[in-house]
Amino acid sequence: MGIDIKFPIGLMFTILGLLLTVFGLVTYGDAQLYKPSLGINVNLWSGLGMLVFGLIMLFFAWQSKKTKTP
Amino acid sequence: MTGASFTLSWIDYTVMIVYFAFVLGIGWALKRYMKDANAFLEAGRSMPAWVAGLAFISTNLGALEVMGMTGSGAKYGMLTTHFYWVGAIPAMVFLALFMMPFYYGSKARSVPEYLKLRFDEKTRGLNAILFAVMTILASGISMYALAILMERVLGWNFHLSLVLSAAIVLGYTYLGGLSSAIYNEVLQFFIIVIGLLPIVILCMQDLGGWAGMKEQLVPIVSAKGFAPDTWTTTWKYTGSAAANPLGVEWYGIFAGLGFVLSFGYWCTNFLIVQRAMSAESPTAARNTPLIGALPKMFIPFLIIVPGIAALVLLNKHGSGFTLPEISPGHYNYDYTIIALLKQYLPAGVLGLGITALLASFMSGMAGNVSAFNTVWTYDIYQSYIRPVTSDKAADDKHYLFVGRMATIFGVIVSIAAAYLASLFGNIMDFLQTIFSMINAPLFAVIFLGMFWKRTTGHAAFTGLLAGFTIALLHHGLTVPAGAATLVKGGWICNLHTYPVEMAQNFWTAIFAFSTSALITVVLSVLTKQKKSDDDLRGLVYSLTPKLGVEQVAWYRRSTTLAILVLAIGTILTILFW
Repeated sequence: MGIDIKFPIGLMFTILGLLLTVFGLVTYGDAQLYKPSLGINVNLWSGLGMLVFGLIMLFFAWQSKKTKTP
Repeated sequence: MTGASFTLSWIDYTVMIVYFAFVLGIGWALKRYMKDANAFLEAGRSMPAWVAGLAFISTNLGALEVMGMTGSGAKYGMLTTHFYWVGAIPAMVFLALFMMPFYYGSKARSVPEYLKLRFDEKTRGLNAILFAVMTILASGISMYALAILMERVLGWNFHLSLVLSAAIVLGYTYLGGLSSAIYNEVLQFFIIVIGLLPIVILCMQDLGGWAGMKEQLVPIVSAKGFAPDTWTTTWKYTGSAAANPLGVEWYGIFAGLGFVLSFGYWCTNFLIVQRAMSAESPTAARNTPLIGALPKMFIPFLIIVPGIAALVLLNKHGSGFTLPEISPGHYNYDYTIIALLKQYLPAGVLGLGITALLASFMSGMAGNVSAFNTVWTYDIYQSYIRPVTSDKAADDKHYLFVGRMATIFGVIVSIAAAYLASLFGNIMDFLQTIFSMINAPLFAVIFLGMFWKRTTGHAAFTGLLAGFTIALLHHGLTVPAGAATLVKGGWICNLHTYPVEMAQNFWTAIFAFSTSALITVVLSVLTKQKKSDDDLRGLVYSLTPKLGVEQVAWYRRSTTLAILVLAIGTILTILFW
């Protein structure tokens, strides 16, 4: 109804993905912070994953907008 | 609650704020489309199948489910998957293929309205009133659980948390109605999966994968007096009730969970069915539960497996993992997921995990409120207080207004129910018990009504009441072993003691269903059918023209999807036998 939900989903995960990726890069090598996560920089990995997911959703939203309004 | 509290940093709060900005933003964006009651309460029957399908599964994936099932993972291991593979998938497939054509095709706007069309006014009235009361209480309990969690874990003020979360839920459901609730459930689905995924990966990494976890479980499980692989298998030890921690045999699981409880829940609960009824076409409505079933089958890996890992961590020296204790040696397993968040997640993804939990609490409330306002507006207000008039435009406006007021009313009563829950700790157990008593007879009646045209209104009404009464009696006469309060049963006298509460629940449902079905059949034969075959067209299987093969590509047909779902379910069951 009205809006295409793929767009807000895509936008939100792109924003959150960027946020966590940047935070992950800034805190890169911070052994204290990543001690609970077994030394893995989970912020960077989750951030990149969310960024990819968000962009895919945005791509699909853009695709279906294109087909609906030629 | 020292075992599981933590402080959040600015990055965690930022994640949370971004999420809730989108939640409210979706409601705001939908506001201008809410022109009549149909748009507000039924989402204008315009949802694509994948949106309705994800909302369908998301409604069920509330926070109480996430917390409860992770806890059950620690308590019962992979046996918990019975709530998914046998306890949900067959019922979802049945709803999709055999029931959705009637729910959707009958043009009923709610499950109570289907009862009115198929049977009579009194059957609808009974169901509508029970449903409205129960739904709003359930919403209140969800709120209470959320506020208590924020108080204990994050140290937030209980009253402030309650009012703030109620305000957010009210905000987006008031603005966008059912569409808003559904879209936010889709958003919630993704945030839960993405928010909890790091925990699964990290705890598997920590314990050396599935094989490593299995090995470390051996001494723990043996010490409990079970075979060493009990926690990593599903059906292997269900030959006798004593050999598995659930305390139920395979036929109890099959009949109680796989049939009565799951069919009662998935096929008659309007909260769930409403999502499929909002779909854009009959095919989309049939595909909704099937699309929901695909992720449903894999949710155990997201929430049950970490629960099992938690049991290993709990018994591992130097892991630093603890759960709050109820009494010395008895852990509060409801906090398992929280404790795992604390154990593994650094600032950043931690905010994501907490947001996922908050999101699932709120969408649980929103789901209940949006189902409540539909039943209230159509089945109670429109039926008994102000019927439709000849002026359609004025009616549309009026019922939209009533729907909105019902949303406000629903949220306010929920807050009251939340305070009630904070006064009586057992109310949650009590309500869950009552819910299972209502669903099982309802399924018997709707099932007979859909597939046997002879079923009459008097029979259905009496069948519902009889099933509910028997469920109450059974609960009043039996107790689970070690029950401390009368809420758990035995409030009349104790005729039989079940080894565990689960077994008592299964048998309550089985008795309620059987009684209800029996009474409905006997009375249908004895009373006169007042509805003609014409009245029942589109409502009863034998009187409805067959759809034939759906006019869509073969891979989008419901039957193809259903076969795929059942095949994956079977493979998973065999893999973890």
